[in-house]
Amino acid sequence: MRIRHWLQTLPLRMRSLLRRDRLDAELDEELRDHLDRQTEFNLARGMSPEEARLAAMRKLGNAALLRDQTRAMWSWGGLEQFTHDLRIGARTLSRTPGFTTIAILVIALGIGANVALFTVVRSVLLKPLPYRDPGRLALIYEADREHPHPHPWLPVDAGSFWEWQRATQSLAEMAMVSPFQGYNVSGEGGKLPEVVFAAWCSDNFFSLLGVRPMMGREFTAADDQPGAAATAMITEGFWKRRYASDPAIVGKTIWLDAKPYTIIGVLPSTFVYSGAFGGAADQIWTPVRHEAPASLLTTYGDHEFQVVARLAPGVSLSALEAQLDALQKRIKAAHPEPSTHPGAIARTMLDDAVQDYKTPLYALLGATGCVLLIACMNVAGLLVARAAARSKEFAIRSALGGGRLRLIRERMTESLLLSFAGGALGLLLAAGAVAWLMHARPDMNRVEQIHFDGMDAAFTVAVVCLGTLFSGIVAALSSSRGNILGGLQESSRSHSGSRSRATLRRVLLSVEVGLTVVLLVGAGLLLRSFERLRTSDLGVPVDNVLTMGVNLPTARYKQDYQRAAFFDQLIARVRALPGVSAAGLVSTPPGEGWNGDDLMCIVEHPPLPKGQGLDFQLRGADPGYFAAIGLPILEGRTFNANERLDRAGVILISRGAAREFFPGEDPIGKHVKAIDGSGTWQVIGVVGDVRWTVAKPPMPTLYWPIDGNGYNFASIVVRSHHDVESLAVPVQKVIAGLDRDLPAWNVMTLREAIGKSTIDSEFDSILVLAFAIIALVLAATGLYGVLAYLVAQRTVEFGIRLALGAQRKALLGLLVFDGLKPALVGLAVGLPASAAVVQLIRSMLFDTQPLDPTVFAGVSGVILLVAAAACLAPAWYASRLDPMRALRTE
Amino acid sequence: MSKPSDLVQGTLDLLILKILALQPLHGWALSQRLRQVSGEVLQVSDGSLYPALHKLEHQGWIQSEWKPTENNRRAKFYSLTRLGQRYLDQEAANWERISAAITSVMRLKEV
Repeated sequence: MRIRHWLQTLPLRMRSLLRRDRLDAELDEELRDHLDRQTEFNLARGMSPEEARLAAMRKLGNAALLRDQTRAMWSWGGLEQFTHDLRIGARTLSRTPGFTTIAILVIALGIGANVALFTVVRSVLLKPLPYRDPGRLALIYEADREHPHPHPWLPVDAGSFWEWQRATQSLAEMAMVSPFQGYNVSGEGGKLPEVVFAAWCSDNFFSLLGVRPMMGREFTAADDQPGAAATAMITEGFWKRRYASDPAIVGKTIWLDAKPYTIIGVLPSTFVYSGAFGGAADQIWTPVRHEAPASLLTTYGDHEFQVVARLAPGVSLSALEAQLDALQKRIKAAHPEPSTHPGAIARTMLDDAVQDYKTPLYALLGATGCVLLIACMNVAGLLVARAAARSKEFAIRSALGGGRLRLIRERMTESLLLSFAGGALGLLLAAGAVAWLMHARPDMNRVEQIHFDGMDAAFTVAVVCLGTLFSGIVAALSSSRGNILGGLQESSRSHSGSRSRATLRRVLLSVEVGLTVVLLVGAGLLLRSFERLRTSDLGVPVDNVLTMGVNLPTARYKQDYQRAAFFDQLIARVRALPGVSAAGLVSTPPGEGWNGDDLMCIVEHPPLPKGQGLDFQLRGADPGYFAAIGLPILEGRTFNANERLDRAGVILISRGAAREFFPGEDPIGKHVKAIDGSGTWQVIGVVGDVRWTVAKPPMPTLYWPIDGNGYNFASIVVRSHHDVESLAVPVQKVIAGLDRDLPAWNVMTLREAIGKSTIDSEFDSILVLAFAIIALVLAATGLYGVLAYLVAQRTVEFGIRLALGAQRKALLGLLVFDGLKPALVGLAVGLPASAAVVQLIRSMLFDTQPLDPTVFAGVSGVILLVAAAACLAPAWYASRLDPMRALRTE
Repeated sequence: MSKPSDLVQGTLDLLILKILALQPLHGWALSQRLRQVSGEVLQVSDGSLYPALHKLEHQGWIQSEWKPTENNRRAKFYSLTRLGQRYLDQEAANWERISAAITSVMRLKEV
């Protein structure tokens, strides 16, 4: 039935689609025929010819409207009207190319920024981790709730882990991972030696996550034993890069730290471990019990591990956390050393991966949301202005029978066209922005997850529709308010109708300015914080210093004296290189990380209460290091050449350590003793403070000779008078000349090291600043637009005023104040709003108060200045009017 | 302004179909006929007839044909299709039922 019905009406449908003009002509003929017959009928009833015709027409009604209504009944009527509206919309828009271009660009900016940020936020923060049933995965850390730490998520010691694992077997399966390891991969088969990031994990780690190797097998309990044969898994990326995707890789041997390992499996590239302590760059995975020294596997004091748990069905994370916290308290009671932590704390694995990026990303998303809102308001403002300019056209069209709904629909179509063009352009912008962002922030966890998908496309469409609705409805409402007669009578002499539209635009502008203020304040604070971070004093001159690391594999360099001999030769040859003005060795250069601390006490002082100690950051250095890095020796002296190996019982301490641990006394000659009794050292000198990362204050630090304190790694610090980068290759050649299997790693200047740790601050501040500037420009053009429009509307009025003797200066002042009003209102709203909003980004600020008065004052100044500048041009024009010319403009 | 204020929406369609079921007619004749048979009670403005006719045609209930008329002229004649006939029967039955129901309610005597 339905099909037959459909078939029967098909010819007519086709005709109405393809032969529209014929149908039109037939409708005209039909209506004419009707009129003729009615006229004849009237004539027959005795009317005069003219009267008959008029009566017939009256009886039929508005012919144009009737034709429209009839056409609307035809198949495809809705579509036809829509295409008709589109055509009209496109035509009217193309008649004002300036307006159209600006509106599309404004929308594209807003949509582009939003789609890009939405894509990133969704991919990084919201997408589930690529593991089996990721919602049940959690990370467990140790915690010290009595001594709040700036980073409360403390890594776990192996001793506690084994106890946790035994005690919670029914609640969760647990695995242990140490993702911050590394290996020297020896050059074999003509390949270069290199240092790769690696992780140690317990044998159940991959099965717990639900990750299957793409080739070979996973670790088994038999691999994860101290005496087992050495095994390793490599990542797909490493396999492709170093082994050219060798299909027979499984079973081959890889030399790590000069020892042979059998490759048992290849991990697929979909597996990326992104924890709070890194791991995304790890390329080699080895079983922890085989790799870690025995002492590390039994200690309660050395915290080198993260613990991953898969909750058993029906077990909540808080239940597990409570149980572990209680257990850890008992462990602390049994092992009361100060280095044992007294509590446990847990969070989901996703939170663990993205915690550090949450606030900045949501802040950026908020900023783009503001930009979009401002963009929409700006376009709405432009549409309102257009509507005002075309009010007479609309009045005439309504008078001729144009349906009100039809007119509104036409306006909506216009803003739909603008939004879609803007959306298409915005999508391109977003694609570019996402690509740039992935390139600019390779350090961000889960950045590999970012890609554009259907959800983001849906979001784009939603944003476009929202923009259409918002800008279109505001404009449509503003136009449909006036009655027809009012619109027709309106002229520039009476402008009451258009004033109400200007009021609407003013309200929009005030909101715009308010949002801009919030953005500017945020950008100002972030910039200031970045500036502080960038110029924060590392403690040493940072220019022309090159650093690079070497790791000596213990298989080849077993004894301290072998390593010392290597370091001696290395530093002597580097110093001899032309262009090197000074060189030294240190375990970790300033600004390049934490790398070790220990609890000490001072022999000459009264003993500390049990469970307490003085926390020193530890650095190994050679005698020439302090001169090479430019760290001043404030008191005493540096090591001499003999003070090393078994005569290494001397240390230098930092000024901070001297001040904090030796208040009011001379530390020289005093003795520092390790709490665990591993040694005693005599203080021979005091040096300046350095920061271990630019964003954190310096730690009390202790320097001991690098030879003789068990260091099998060192960073070479090279200072030159100019172009220190050019020394990187010669120094690497020196290393290769000493041991051809030894790669240099982390080759960078001190400046680059600082840049690395300020990258997120720089990124956030520059992005927010960019958004704020866009917002400022939009608000300024909005202000200019409203005032220019008002001046144009009131040209005659001003002419009259001037003719009657108004002062030009007074007129100028009046207009500038008129234009500044929205800015002042916006400022009054925006400043308190900013004060509330900046509390949310407090954690992103470095050494900057959220209510920094300079920033708030500066932003107010900028807003007023820009607003005044935007108002001045139209106001100036109005005050320069020639009264005679102005009076003739109608 | 062209909506037949006295007619329930959709009733106009039914009237048109019923009249066309008796004989094919062109638009003007249809308007005259409507007025005659309804005894001038149902005021249908001429204008509203055409949208309704075109809608019914596009729904497939009626079809149209240009036919010569007196004095060398031609007019567009509408006639019922078979589908339209079936639809009319259905709707007429519906109408009977509903109007009977309404009538019986209206005839209830107040106590």
